[in-house]
Amino acid sequence: MSLDVIMDIVSWIAILAGSAFMLIGAIGTLRFPDFWARVHAVSVTDSAGMLLLTLGMCIQGGFTLVTAKLVIIGVFLFITGPTATHAVANAALVSGFLPKGADKFCSEKKKLSPEVKKTKAKKRAPLKGKL
Amino acid sequence: MFAAAAIALFIGMVIVLFRLYAGPTLYDRVLAGNAFGTYTVLFIGVLGFLTGRPDFLDIALLYALINFVGTIVVLKYFRYRAIGDTSPTPRGTPAERGRLKDQGAKS
Repeated sequence: MSLDVIMDIVSWIAILAGSAFMLIGAIGTLRFPDFWARVHAVSVTDSAGMLLLTLGMCIQGGFTLVTAKLVIIGVFLFITGPTATHAVANAALVSGFLPKGADKFCSEKKKLSPEVKKTKAKKRAPLKGKL
Repeated sequence: MFAAAAIALFIGMVIVLFRLYAGPTLYDRVLAGNAFGTYTVLFIGVLGFLTGRPDFLDIALLYALINFVGTIVVLKYFRYRAIGDTSPTPRGTPAERGRLKDQGAKS
């Protein structure tokens, strides 16, 4: 078995696994019941599927300009994909969007000191009028 | 094998579009749009390899850049109802504002 064949096999495995991850993430995006569950499904495509597919394409490209471009795309997507997902989740949380069934665990709110409550109310207050 | 990857990515794009259409809340739609952008970038790359012309990767890189900025801009717009300067309206007397600004500059 020469090196080329081994690299081919590795790249095919990476590409197939990446495709499987992308499909799994898409199905999860469609089927999960809740926004917060869907974030998990999307983060699978953002990290695992993207990295595996880019890795497989890099191995197929060899030492060329194509590989350099693929590395740039991979690094950029690896940084910005989770960042964008985090931004969406953070925006949803700030807008007062709680996970399904989170009301059970919210009894701690009553134990919060009044000062904390006040500051939280102040932070949220200007938004309510606008939205 | 690139054909299999392309087909898987295409099916994924279609499924994510369903979520983009049906998403009950705004954040579901933004999330699906962001995922759709990632799918598109990878699909363009795979399509370039499939047709033997990997020159499409420039377009994929450009799409990745636009996708990130677009997601952030949509979120910012629906949070503040403005895309440009969203700094809160100044409070207090002008002297106080100047003092605050100086503190901000120092730190």
